[in-house]
Amino acid sequence: MPNITLTVNGEKMTCTVAPDEKLLDTLRRLGRTDVKKGCGEGTCGSCSVLIDGRLMTSCIVFSARVDGAEIMTAAGLGTANAPHPIQTSFVKAGAVQCGFCTPGMVLATKALLDAVPKPDVSQIKMALDGNMCRCTGYVKIIEAVQDSARVLAGENEVPHE
Amino acid sequence: MSDVSDLKVVGHSVDKLDAIALATGGEKFTADEIPPRTLYARILTSPWAHARIRKIDTTAAMKIKGVRSIITWQDVPRVAHTTAGQGFPEPSPYDSFTLDDKVRYVGDRVAAVAADTPEIARAAAEAIEVEYEQLPPIFDPRDSMKEGAPVIHDEPEARMIIPVPYDKSRNLAAQVTANVGDIEQGLAQADVVVEREFEVHQAQHCPMEPHVALAYVDGRGRLVIRTSTQVPYHVRRIVAERLQWPIGKVRVIKPRIGGGFGSKQEVLLEDIPAVLAIRTGRPVLLEYTRGEEFASSRTRHPQIIKIRAGARKDGTLTGYDLDILMNTGAYGSHALTVVCNSGSKTLPLYRWQNIRFRGTSVYTNLPVGGAYRGYGATQAYFPLEVVLDELAEKIGMDAIELRQRNHIRSGEGSPIFQALGEGTEGVAQTIGSCGLAECIEIGAREIGWKEKRGKAALQTGPIRRGVGMCCLMQGSSIPHVDLGAAYLKMNEDGSFNLLVGATDLGTGSDTVLAQVAAEVLGVPASMMTVYSSDTDLTPFDVGAYASSTTYLSGEAVAKAAREARAMIIEVASEILGCPVEDIELVNAYALARNGNKVQFSEIGRHSLYVKNQRQIQGAASHVTRKSPPPFSAQFAEVEVDTETGQVRVLKYVAAVDCGTAINPKLAEGQIQGAVLNGISYALTEEFVFDPRGRLLNNDLNYYKIFTAADLPDIRAILVPTWEPSGPFGAKSVSEIGINGPLPAISNAIYDAVGVRITRAPFTAERVLRALGRL
Ligand code: FES
Ligand code: FES
Repeated sequence: MPNITLTVNGEKMTCTVAPDEKLLDTLRRLGRTDVKKGCGEGTCGSCSVLIDGRLMTSCIVFSARVDGAEIMTAAGLGTANAPHPIQTSFVKAGAVQCGFCTPGMVLATKALLDAVPKPDVSQIKMALDGNMCRCTGYVKIIEAVQDSARVLAGENEVPHE
Repeated sequence: MSDVSDLKVVGHSVDKLDAIALATGGEKFTADEIPPRTLYARILTSPWAHARIRKIDTTAAMKIKGVRSIITWQDVPRVAHTTAGQGFPEPSPYDSFTLDDKVRYVGDRVAAVAADTPEIARAAAEAIEVEYEQLPPIFDPRDSMKEGAPVIHDEPEARMIIPVPYDKSRNLAAQVTANVGDIEQGLAQADVVVEREFEVHQAQHCPMEPHVALAYVDGRGRLVIRTSTQVPYHVRRIVAERLQWPIGKVRVIKPRIGGGFGSKQEVLLEDIPAVLAIRTGRPVLLEYTRGEEFASSRTRHPQIIKIRAGARKDGTLTGYDLDILMNTGAYGSHALTVVCNSGSKTLPLYRWQNIRFRGTSVYTNLPVGGAYRGYGATQAYFPLEVVLDELAEKIGMDAIELRQRNHIRSGEGSPIFQALGEGTEGVAQTIGSCGLAECIEIGAREIGWKEKRGKAALQTGPIRRGVGMCCLMQGSSIPHVDLGAAYLKMNEDGSFNLLVGATDLGTGSDTVLAQVAAEVLGVPASMMTVYSSDTDLTPFDVGAYASSTTYLSGEAVAKAAREARAMIIEVASEILGCPVEDIELVNAYALARNGNKVQFSEIGRHSLYVKNQRQIQGAASHVTRKSPPPFSAQFAEVEVDTETGQVRVLKYVAAVDCGTAINPKLAEGQIQGAVLNGISYALTEEFVFDPRGRLLNNDLNYYKIFTAADLPDIRAILVPTWEPSGPFGAKSVSEIGINGPLPAISNAIYDAVGVRITRAPFTAERVLRALGRL
């Protein structure tokens, strides 16, 4: 059984993983339950994490393959008492319903805005294409992404009611 | 009070109370807290659509290291029940068993394993040897009641526990009829008559969190079940029944839920981990994979719908004959009530002079139907609204005008309200609030109806555009049946705990209920901490279904808050030394007429520690007397590629009257989500089976649900009215939106290319076939 070292949300940890173990299962086993399992097949995006800054569906990544990597989950982006602006925008826009997709969505948003700070709607739609949401109809999620882009660019937040 | 202008919390888009915790991953869903020593369960499912289990041998499976328990039908009490999470007595047939020696669809339960890891559980399930005797299956509901058809429920226990038609020997799971006037006479008086057959297909909810349940026996010997459910109290009752445990020794906890849309109004998994936990003395987690979610959970009941409808040239609607054959699959979960709602939620919308309605639910050997957002209305609005367009065209009237002339208005009733309830008689009611006229007007303007409708002749090229519309109503709770209750207490800092049995499954109902309480109490919603739901801690509520939470549980919360309010005023009057009549509660202060005031924190402290100590609290329950419908007018603009058959929705407008939107942003979110689910259902989602009844597209790759990239321009417009019977004028909002896309898009396709698509989903192939190009 391989031993691997991961840095998860800035915290370094060493663990033993089965050779065929997926990163999603490793993370959840280590208590990182903010990474959700919606399909385990790489299609829904609920298990999205940032691996060395790249958005990946952790359910189809072998843990042993990411030895030494830096992983960020939604809880690493921000917490309830110190949320990241993206997370705040999701709340303000009403983009969170059941919230099962949300940890993945905010990370997909982070990956997008890191690469394209001012995306247009079609860029947002394409960037979120791998993250399914059955609750919101995406309308408010797209608004949340636009809003966070503005906030991160230092523009005045559009006032919410 | 009859408008929202002087409300401080209700009618405002306060942030959803649990949103930040969800967005930062801090909220716990069922599978997010696994106790030490938890075992993992796996269900072995049937590869055959219809078979008897001749022999089951678990010896080899039991020998696998790490396997702790295996159960087959021989190991569990044989208790006929329904998995439908409905109130007692359930109007669904008792035709299910925890495990049985017969399987009735591919995906049906055969046996269950508990093991140290999910991998071992899976391997053990595969190692169970089963000898099946195959029986002839039924896949087409048209064959179910034919002479000599195989009998799917031949077991003696299957029965209906309420007096309604049920005949298992003919595979009849339920039947309902209702008549108004004389349909034949009505059609004879018509100038034009339309006769058509429609097919509405089987599809799935696809909540992002699949079904999951964890069970353990606690230190006191009580069974605790943490489960992703919309109906914790029904889970408690039905699991206790199945296991023959006393209800008082079962506790059901609902943590955060990753969406349900009706699929979790079903007691689908809980008995299996419960039995395994009792047998092993260890916690047991059963989590459906996405594949199992597709094959073995619940679906939208498919229907074959025959219509005859008549109108006179002046737009009088003389008769509507609605004949539905519904396929409930292998079990009759919601088999009666869904088809009842196909009538009760659609027939009152227009003033038909004569109506005949017949709904027949039959068993087949296909996956099981269940509750799904829209609940029968989704199916039956498709034919109704397409046929209205056709009648309008035949009498040369604008489609909107025909609807405007005939739709129900405030102050009016419908004989259908009384005739059709949840399997039994309904409740007479007159419409309190109705904003449908405004919805039509606003929606038509937003889509550009006048400019865009009927412009097919002016278009050239292979790609044509068209617009279509429809009108809708739903209900709000099941009157005289549904019960909601709430408990509220004040803390010494002036904050409140609100405990409700109402089940937030992601809709935001915790927030909406907090707003109702906060409005009554004169505090901001942020001072409310809401807990839902736990059968040990929160009062009874039927759960999240039938569009009931805001309207029903909301009123229970308002009542409880009024009780607490009276106590707050009492304590304040003691502190301020003035009569209670002189006190007003504003922004967490009690204000006396003489200008003196005291803060809620001081009132809280005083009540708990200082003098005449008592807990400021309120407890109340509520039963509704009516089910006021929300209304909606929906408009679709589509593009049809006449060469490929591809249909694209460009713009979709949903104007909705939900009374007062307690939280407008959350209400919009409900509409947008429902509408997109409906569009996805109308265009792409569909179960595909192989010839032996096995689901072929049991993953999210081949079962296509819309993603952000597919999103058309969706406009959700709230059209406020004031429902006198609802909390602060509110009605329901969450279901109605999903009913529109089938008819609105079909009507838009007709406007674009002149063919009526009457079979859903509207795939490229069906469109090309209708165009005569295939
Ligand atoms: S759980 Fe990984 S993509 Fe669905
Ligand atoms: S909010 Fe429920 S799946 Fe996105």
